[in-house]
Amino acid sequence: MADAPIERKLLYFAWIRERVGIEQEYVALPGSVSTVSDLLDWLKGRGEEFAHAFEFSNVIRVALDQDHADHDDLIGDAREIAIFPPMTGG
Amino acid sequence: MLKVRVQEDDFDTTTEVAALTHGRTDIGAVATFTGLCRGEGETLSALELEHYPGMAAKQIETAAKAAMERWPIDGMTIIHRHGRIEPGEQIVLVIAASRHRDAAFDGARYVMDFLKTDAPFWKKERRVDGTDAGWVEAKEADDKARERWSNAP
Repeated sequence: MADAPIERKLLYFAWIRERVGIEQEYVALPGSVSTVSDLLDWLKGRGEEFAHAFEFSNVIRVALDQDHADHDDLIGDAREIAIFPPMTGG
Repeated sequence: MLKVRVQEDDFDTTTEVAALTHGRTDIGAVATFTGLCRGEGETLSALELEHYPGMAAKQIETAAKAAMERWPIDGMTIIHRHGRIEPGEQIVLVIAASRHRDAAFDGARYVMDFLKTDAPFWKKERRVDGTDAGWVEAKEADDKARERWSNAP
């Protein structure tokens, strides 16, 4: 028997948050999503707002359990996935 | 000794330097960097700093620990504000204390350079008339896709 899919918390910040229209949500990712890049492709297909937010997904940054990740990194068992534009602090 | 705070309230540099050096006789150099909100002529009324709670402090701590391993730094205090900040107000403080000045200068600069690219904060500009002037573009943005995103209305 396959394990139940992990429920992940997705967090959106700055203009990505504005475009998707939500701050956070809980989702179970489909089995086809294994890398950060897969995740961004999947998100892009979730409707007009997501298509708009993820149109240029190469610039988007992702953190897995609060650590920066590259687009080819595996998502693994990360529970908290944050998606945001390049940072402008300091 | 490392102290990192992410807060909405303003900070007082003199108080923070005194807290870092209190009772210490081994420190010979304290370098401080303060980042302020710059007005853009008469048009900018405020910055609104969004942040990712938890990760923001964690990334600053990572940078500070790396600096403290790299140079002989005896203490650091880093404070980064979030929320609404008006021109002339303080945004960020980095204090590095060491036996000698080189480590203090280098450590403070290292942490600031890291903060700019890796600490999850985002600045939105608000105009004097209250309208949204968009998100500040990341300076390392050099590819067309990124520019296009950042300049989008």
